[in-house]
Amino acid sequence: MIQFLVNNEMVQLTQFAPNLSILDWLRTNMGKVGSKEGCASGDCGACTVVIGDLIDGQWQYKSINACLMLVGNLHGKHLITVEALTAKANPSLEELHPVQRAMVECHGSQCGFCTPGFIMSLFALYMNYPSYPGKEAVIQALGGNLCRCTGYQPILAAAEKCFTYTHESTQNISDKDHRFSQQVKALTLSLEKDLALNSIPAIEHGEQYFYLPQNLTQLCELKATYPDAKFVAGATDLSVEFSQHLAYSEQLISVRYCPELMQFTQDETGIRIGAALPYSEFIESFCEIYPEAHELFERIGSLQIRNAGSLGGSIANASPIGDPAPLLIALDASIELQSTRGTRTIPLAEFFVDYRKTQLANDEVIVAIHVPPRLSNQQLSCHKISKRIEDDISAVCLVLSYQLTDHTMHAVKCAMGGMASTPALAHHIAEALNGKLFSLENLQAAAQKMEEDFQPLSDVRATSAYRLQVSKNLFDRIWYQSAGNMILSTSSADLNASVPAIKTRINHASL
Amino acid sequence: MRHFKTDKPTGQKGNAIGQSFIHESAIKQVIGKAVYVDDKAEEVNSLHAYPVVSTIAHGNIVSIDTTAAFAVQGVVDIFSTKDIPGTNDIGPVFSGDILLTDELIEYHGQPILLVVATSYKAARIAARKVVIEYQTLAPMLDIKQAIKEQHWVRPPHALNRGDAKQAIDNAPHKISGDLDIGGQEHFYLEGQVSIATPTEEGGMFIQCSSQHPSEVQHLVAKVLKQPFNYVTVEMRRMGGGFGGKETQAAPWTCLAALAAFHTGKTVKIRLARSDDFKSTGKRHPFYNTYQVGFDQQGLIEGVDININGYCGYSPDLSDAIVDRALFHADNAYYYPNAHINGNRCKTNTVSHTAFRGFGGPQGMIMAEQLVDDIAYYLKKDPLEIRKLNLYKPGRDLTPYKQKVEQFILKDMIAQMEEEGDYWARKEAIAAFNKTSPIIKKGLSLTPVKFGISFTVQHLNQAGALLVIYSDGSVHVNHGGTEMGQGLNTKIAQIVAQAFSIDMAHILVNATRTDKVPNTSPTAASSGTDLNGMAALNAANTIKQRLFEFAAQHFDVSLEQMQLSDNQLVHEKGQISFAELINLAYLNRISLSTTGYYATPEIYYDREKAEGHPFFYYAYGLALSEVEIDILTGENTVTRTDILHDVGSSINPALDIGQIEGAFIQGMGWLTTEDLSWNEQGALASNAPATYKIPAIGDTPAVFNVKLYNSQNPATTVFKSKAVGEPPFMLGISVWSAIRNALASITDYQYAPSLNPPATPEAILEAVQAAQQWNKTTTQTTTKETSHA
Repeated sequence: MIQFLVNNEMVQLTQFAPNLSILDWLRTNMGKVGSKEGCASGDCGACTVVIGDLIDGQWQYKSINACLMLVGNLHGKHLITVEALTAKANPSLEELHPVQRAMVECHGSQCGFCTPGFIMSLFALYMNYPSYPGKEAVIQALGGNLCRCTGYQPILAAAEKCFTYTHESTQNISDKDHRFSQQVKALTLSLEKDLALNSIPAIEHGEQYFYLPQNLTQLCELKATYPDAKFVAGATDLSVEFSQHLAYSEQLISVRYCPELMQFTQDETGIRIGAALPYSEFIESFCEIYPEAHELFERIGSLQIRNAGSLGGSIANASPIGDPAPLLIALDASIELQSTRGTRTIPLAEFFVDYRKTQLANDEVIVAIHVPPRLSNQQLSCHKISKRIEDDISAVCLVLSYQLTDHTMHAVKCAMGGMASTPALAHHIAEALNGKLFSLENLQAAAQKMEEDFQPLSDVRATSAYRLQVSKNLFDRIWYQSAGNMILSTSSADLNASVPAIKTRINHASL
Repeated sequence: MRHFKTDKPTGQKGNAIGQSFIHESAIKQVIGKAVYVDDKAEEVNSLHAYPVVSTIAHGNIVSIDTTAAFAVQGVVDIFSTKDIPGTNDIGPVFSGDILLTDELIEYHGQPILLVVATSYKAARIAARKVVIEYQTLAPMLDIKQAIKEQHWVRPPHALNRGDAKQAIDNAPHKISGDLDIGGQEHFYLEGQVSIATPTEEGGMFIQCSSQHPSEVQHLVAKVLKQPFNYVTVEMRRMGGGFGGKETQAAPWTCLAALAAFHTGKTVKIRLARSDDFKSTGKRHPFYNTYQVGFDQQGLIEGVDININGYCGYSPDLSDAIVDRALFHADNAYYYPNAHINGNRCKTNTVSHTAFRGFGGPQGMIMAEQLVDDIAYYLKKDPLEIRKLNLYKPGRDLTPYKQKVEQFILKDMIAQMEEEGDYWARKEAIAAFNKTSPIIKKGLSLTPVKFGISFTVQHLNQAGALLVIYSDGSVHVNHGGTEMGQGLNTKIAQIVAQAFSIDMAHILVNATRTDKVPNTSPTAASSGTDLNGMAALNAANTIKQRLFEFAAQHFDVSLEQMQLSDNQLVHEKGQISFAELINLAYLNRISLSTTGYYATPEIYYDREKAEGHPFFYYAYGLALSEVEIDILTGENTVTRTDILHDVGSSINPALDIGQIEGAFIQGMGWLTTEDLSWNEQGALASNAPATYKIPAIGDTPAVFNVKLYNSQNPATTVFKSKAVGEPPFMLGISVWSAIRNALASITDYQYAPSLNPPATPEAILEAVQAAQQWNKTTTQTTTKETSHA
């Protein structure tokens, strides 16, 4: 049995298909048709709902794609849909929630089909910020919601305007006097009781099962019993298999309820990221150590995807273009695998065997990703090239890590995505740079080794020729970016005051 | 022709026209209560249908095995061509669009069978389990090959004026160029969806997401071999249309109706997004060439333009679409001598269809390319060349011999030069580019002149039904459809204005073929022009009845009577509108009527390739500034200023919404939206994961949109102008600005060709072309110098 809250209604479920998405369940089983299906692949955001999660005793609310997240993973959560934002069935303009009212007053809806999704993304933003957080945060929050009618300008205006109305605390679900607060309290208590029972919540449907192990031991035992079962965290890839390829799984095991897979720790041995921890819960901490990775992590999918997806999922799927892998490989990360047979740790670079094939045995689970501590002279440079800046998959992803001593590069690691059947190291390029002075000439010379490392394919995202050319050109960018930084850092007051910093990136709102 | 009082009212109370009312559905939309077709509660026992489509682009069906499909639990039946009682050809204008094929396959994704099951999931799964064996033929995918073989869906048509060839030959300068223009997926957020419910007469009640309910009605009737009156189509709202639901909603509706006809149950059909991508038509890709002769100043003397549309396998609407490309290959510029030819090429892809602009954009971009090319060739500013070649009095005849009569672009450009600070920014950008090795900026101001009217004359008509209930509340139906553009809101404003009553008293809801018959599609930007006039006509008819009744009843003169602020005011006093209506009812005055409108003046003589196809033109211009990264081709729009002419605006907020949305959609067409088919003719960019429409961060950081202060000189509803399509082409300013940034690489002496969409890859290729040009030119200069 699983239990969760839908708006103010406690729901308990025991039997239903494990492949069922929240969206299909809402629309077909619950008659809640406010959330729309635009693509059923997490790319348009029309189905966006808000999920409340009890983290360290606090309810935290975030936006997710209802078409991707599976109903099984709603256990213990508070699902909020567009129907719940107003108390009245036929509200007047003044009775709307501030985000709804702002959208109406700013003319933010035309055909209206994407609107409920925008409303819910805005609602999550509204809940998480006491006042207008600025355009950058708005664009981050709404980057995964597509609108084909408005051109977004009125929606940007609404995102600012919604914070200007007289603030009523009851509009915030997390406030103690909100109209849902009694039900949220009841769920909190019920979950505590459940936890004490130490049983495994599960749902079934004929021969199909969805298990929610509560710790790593239970998880490994289940996987040993059901070696064909698929793991599910955010289901951001898995649900696409269901909805697009109609390839359904008989048994699913959720990795989201094992505390061992949901932690981020950092100490002298480096960083350890739980394999099932959603991106949005570790990006900030990770980027405190590696601020260079900001652009890469913030351009992984959309906020809804980052609120659901995890490193473990991305790595286990072994996509040739998964953006985190090149970064982690370049940082010399290793992954910790566990089964009932024991634990092993292997370098991530060796984990990928071939196109979507890995070293993961069918009774094993990825527990965590380890990144060694950052050295003081370690330089990092991350680059993602795609047709659209936001919510797009890389044509090419390039990450270069090296140690710089007296302008000389050591321990060079260059990892790339989109260039081969797996994310991979560029050995020839690294070799060409190792021990060399950090100079434009040396970077360009190393870039010429690109063909020795990769023979990329042409596909819908880019031709082979473009992938090679742009990868080479990125070494020029690396130089200009670093050189620009150097000019700035060494500019001793007046001497270089007249040297303008070279502009190396376009002024896109999401960069 | 009837004459209407259509001037924008001034001063008096109770004026709805000119006010920014919110969209009539806005509150329902934000609370999730606006109902779309797929949201309707399903009847018990209702069924779901899903098409089985071809997996090859060209060939013949050898065998079909449905055993595995029938084995899927929940499958009720599978229908094929032989189950169609009436016609299998659902071509909207010309024949050739096939509902289900039983032999010849002409595109990848072509419907062959229809699976009907008890659930959506079962129908989809079963549809994939049908095994079809094919004999494959080579698909025609290359347009140049199609041109060479004269492989047309319809015969070519050309505009001719003067002697273009001789004018070009005699001109002091001539240049030529070509352009491969990408297509565009509509990506309406709500995919194709229809519900068919059998009626007791053996007909069908249809709820669907269509811009053309009448055509759906007619085609369903023809497919089922029933009279038109057996089919009723109801269309409340679409989750976006953009032309993609003008003809493309019909096949799926016909299939749902076919299944409902045979099973006797309600049947719903809804395409999953990637199937919607694969099996519905898109904006036509084009391959165009031009040759232009001009003088030292850049004044055009003659053009020879060849326009080739990739029409796909069937005519659909391609004839009119390529015509509109021809009609817009001049954009805002006067061509004293012109030969503009349009070919309708047959290719083995889905049949391309209407999409906002309807071929206009693919013609217009040629005019913008050639003026840019002239400017760089002469080392002049592109805006100077644009201004020089604008239509003006005396130079006012289009290549199809319609006289241009309104010349506001000159003034609009002057306003934008000042407000957009064109010249200072141009200078600052050139200075920036000189010292910036990686990022280059570009700036361009492009105008739009877009012809308003359906080029198919009979479509320029509309009807409305207006009823007033005895409490004074008003219900209006019209032939247009609401797809987000705010048509129902504008219609309500027009009726509110006519009666001088509050908007709250007026309800405009679902479009129904049993309320207003024989309607035209809501397309060609015509929704308000046509249906607004029809509604106004209806309102005026009732107003006349009310006045005559009041004159008699109160014994007052007609002349001094007026409706104002929810009241009828006459020489002896006043009465509220609601009381007046009730009084009229009690005195047996009819309170309902129809209204009708047909656009005057328009005609086109195809034989002579001349006429007056457009009632008027809508104008606009955009000034866009971009940045490109010459290492990667990444690009962004940092600022756009728009000045657009909607005549006298009925609803400025809705009009600005159309302009902003259209601009971004046009920008997407020319930048990120990259349709590609593989060598087998399958659509490779077949989902939003691989096909990228603009996201929120792509909206220009600075985005100013203003309405130009003017009135439509043509007799339109309250002097307004159509707004749906014209601003789409403002997006061309982005593409032109990217070329301007590219030209900076050659110190503005040459702008490489840039085939849209200008993806990072296309831009990087153009960067390399510019760098190559520099090398070649340097070599040539060196050679010339040494020779000297």
